[in-house]
Amino acid sequence: MRDLLILATTVIFVENIVLTQFLGICPFLGVSKKVSTAIGMGMAVTFVMTLASFMTYLCQIFLLIPLKIEYMQTMTFILIIASLVQFVEMFLQKSSPALYQALGIYLPLITTNCAVLGVALLNIQEKYNLIQSIVHGFAGGLSFTLAIVLFAGVRERLESANIPKPLRGFPIALISAALMSLAFMGFSGLKIG
Amino acid sequence: MKGLITLLKQFKNGLITENPTFVLLLGMCPTLATTTSIKNGIGMGLSATVVLTMSNLFISVLRKAIPKKIRIASYIVIISAFVTTVEMLLNAYFPDLAKQLGIFIPLIVVNCIILARAEAFASKNPVLPSIIDGLSMGLGFTMALGILGFIREILGNGTLFDFSLFGGNFNPATVMILPPGGFLTLGCVLGVINYLKDEGRRRKS
Repeated sequence: MRDLLILATTVIFVENIVLTQFLGICPFLGVSKKVSTAIGMGMAVTFVMTLASFMTYLCQIFLLIPLKIEYMQTMTFILIIASLVQFVEMFLQKSSPALYQALGIYLPLITTNCAVLGVALLNIQEKYNLIQSIVHGFAGGLSFTLAIVLFAGVRERLESANIPKPLRGFPIALISAALMSLAFMGFSGLKIG
Repeated sequence: MKGLITLLKQFKNGLITENPTFVLLLGMCPTLATTTSIKNGIGMGLSATVVLTMSNLFISVLRKAIPKKIRIASYIVIISAFVTTVEMLLNAYFPDLAKQLGIFIPLIVVNCIILARAEAFASKNPVLPSIIDGLSMGLGFTMALGILGFIREILGNGTLFDFSLFGGNFNPATVMILPPGGFLTLGCVLGVINYLKDEGRRRKS
């Protein structure tokens, strides 16, 4: 239990998936103009990432390793994630239209979110077991949500700020992300072991 | 002659007018993560160029055979095949670089530049222009990564291609090769580009 908590805090704060590992930068910059959309995106990613960690882990153990085709990892994982996203989309559409309305438009974007594939690959690389992989996936999603929601808050403020003209838009967003990333480096003191 | 001009135009398009990193802002993850040194940046850029050119070639050849409804999935399979090839080649011939780039080699699969060019260009154009498009976009990406790596390596480590530039007493700003430096460098470079563009426009009018 203790190990799992350490793993989760490490992924969420110390080695934040977006701000220190550079995974999922595209949606982090693209879908962070408003806090509400950022929350939607974060929830969708958390959901898919947890499921994807579970599925890709099983696939690795029961399919790729017995058949000795570990080099097919990238291809199988991305196909699993793509079909998973499609499946989740259809399932949500039928079972809970409200949730679908909230998450729907973000779901197709998740296939090309490198954080999801990145976490799935890291699970294997770091030799996590099934439980650790699921916790890593879930915490990874929360870590992404934390970063994107905080960042959206900053960007909402930036809208009304008086910024030099060449820096407006993306440049100032990146510079604020740099400051956030610097702030998250303060968590490195929490690192255990 | 006419062919040559269109060729040059395509290269200018990929390198400058529609530079994937500085203008289209695609493929940000590897851009920020692998530019801790100029060598890593260029290594990443060239790997992506190979994948981009080969996948453009194949998608262009198969563009009439791939059914419209499952085109994205088919593109991803083609792209991931080349990514796996590149990964194996890097592991075999450049193990140090492969270790440095780590997880970002398999992540070329989800690099938006490659899928974007497949969808926007290779699926609609004949083979030769698609190859040129892949090459020019890839080199544009490599150039951008090289520039970022150049700035970050000099400021953050005081070296260039691992050669020490300023002697032993130099105290580099290590933050530049840490994650915050990546965001900061790209933000500043984009700001400078915007400034130069505005200046150019003002001078013209």
